[in-house]
Amino acid sequence: MAAGRTSEGRIARAALLSVAMVFLALFLLLPLVSVFVEALKGGVGVYVESVTQPDAIAAIKLTLLVAAIAVPVNVAFGLAAAWAIAKFDFPGKSILITFIDLPFSVSPVVSGLIYVLLFGAQGWFGEWLAANDVDIIFAVPGIVLATIFVTFPFVARELIPLMTEQGRGDEEAAVSLGASGWQAFWHVTLPNIRWGLLYGVLLCNARAMGEFGAVSVVSGHIRGRTNTMPLHVEILYNEYNFAAAFAVASLLALLALLTLVLKSALEWRYGYHGKGGGH
Amino acid sequence: MTTGSLALAASPPHGSRRRGFVERTALPGFGLTFGFTLAWLCLIVLIPLSAVFIRTAGMGWSEFVAVALSERALSAYKVSFGTAFAAACVNGIFGLLIAWVLVRHDFAGKRIVSALVDLPFALPTAVAGIALTALYAGNGWLGQFLVPLGIDVAFTPLGIVVALIFIGLPFVVRSVEPVLADIGPEIEEAAQSLGASRLQTMRRVILPAILPAWLTGFAMALARGVGEYGSVIFIAGNMPFRSEIAPLLIVTQLEQYDYAGATAIAAVMLVISFALLLLINLLQAWARSRSID
Repeated sequence: MAAGRTSEGRIARAALLSVAMVFLALFLLLPLVSVFVEALKGGVGVYVESVTQPDAIAAIKLTLLVAAIAVPVNVAFGLAAAWAIAKFDFPGKSILITFIDLPFSVSPVVSGLIYVLLFGAQGWFGEWLAANDVDIIFAVPGIVLATIFVTFPFVARELIPLMTEQGRGDEEAAVSLGASGWQAFWHVTLPNIRWGLLYGVLLCNARAMGEFGAVSVVSGHIRGRTNTMPLHVEILYNEYNFAAAFAVASLLALLALLTLVLKSALEWRYGYHGKGGGH
Repeated sequence: MTTGSLALAASPPHGSRRRGFVERTALPGFGLTFGFTLAWLCLIVLIPLSAVFIRTAGMGWSEFVAVALSERALSAYKVSFGTAFAAACVNGIFGLLIAWVLVRHDFAGKRIVSALVDLPFALPTAVAGIALTALYAGNGWLGQFLVPLGIDVAFTPLGIVVALIFIGLPFVVRSVEPVLADIGPEIEEAAQSLGASRLQTMRRVILPAILPAWLTGFAMALARGVGEYGSVIFIAGNMPFRSEIAPLLIVTQLEQYDYAGATAIAAVMLVISFALLLLINLLQAWARSRSID
């Protein structure tokens, strides 16, 4: 098959392949490798100390907490949105989908700013929140909100095309045989969409744990309290504590690698290919 | 398929007739799921985004012009847009080449290479930012060769372009790949058996077929690049009028408690994003009309 797939000559083939590989190695592989090399530059002792130091542990915990809230919320939203949009026909559907996609085209910094405008000290609800002693901005709720915003479309945009493709015949059959809507969803829809759902969750989780810009605007960078892992990396880096910065960064890089491995496994093993396009 | 959501969703799942807002079906749950979707969308996305425009509208025109179109802001838009455009051009060329190689060539480790292309979607931007800065700094793996040649990447606009090449590459590859796979080598062979040269086949057959998808990928990379923050700020150097991007200017204004300034610049950025989103949707519609032919 190698010879029959393209019309180029052998030299042209080799040249194209080499240029593509050199480009990928320079722009993608090298940065990835350098994270791990820089992280281990100071030795294993420094590495372990950097990732187990209290502020680092607090950042890891906060990142896990934020993802543990944002991802399920977006799964619930994605399932509801896909059920309404894919299984029913109503006017204004394309506009609704465009609105769901909006967060992808908004700069991360603006994604954080909008919540400052709502809940910050000078924001619409700022006075009321201050009077009632509720902290959203420069506190965990703001970080969660900003993360939900930037990961908003991931699950929905994966499920909508998938469920539209599958139609509603199976569910209608189940309902006509006496199943409730919930049973039809649980026993018919969910098994049909499980790989797509997992795919969406993977990408949503990677972004939720790795988000920087939006979270940076609402976090206030309070060490040990409102610092997520990416923000902790920034603080360490700006303090010229490079070994520690790269050590924490390497944990995030491992998360990225794990995401890619699972995503590829879904593609190879189950033939599932993303429908939503990554972001 | 990366771009099918609109097309698929716009057509009804079945040929049933609509009466009233939603067409009748035995399936329950429309009211609940539609209501929840709309309410959550308004609460999380639409109302917060509208705050930017409502705040800006309250500023008055002269104040808006003074902050959103100040010298510093204008140069920040220029840096953001210029570097994003340059990076999208590089990605347009190399992304197409990589997609071509992935679709048409077989080689060892192809699956790993294909997985690697998605790295920028999975790697947190701040991690990419510090890694690229370390690579291109004067003592870095690449910087130690480039700096003596007079090529300063770190802490210059060129560094921003490098970061945005990293961020934007998969958009082009993943847009073009499925369309290239659809064309198949048979069509090229047909063109060549009819007497077309290799260059003619490329120019007259392949490029027109992939053009809408290619431009879509280009526009997506551009849109992402204009708003990108995390991967850029470490390598940019962040000098006002030279390497300060618009998102960073928003953050700077916020840190000085200049909410009006930050909001006005955010409004300009949002208008640019929405314009690019509209362009992308039009390109996708064009791509679909092509693929149905």
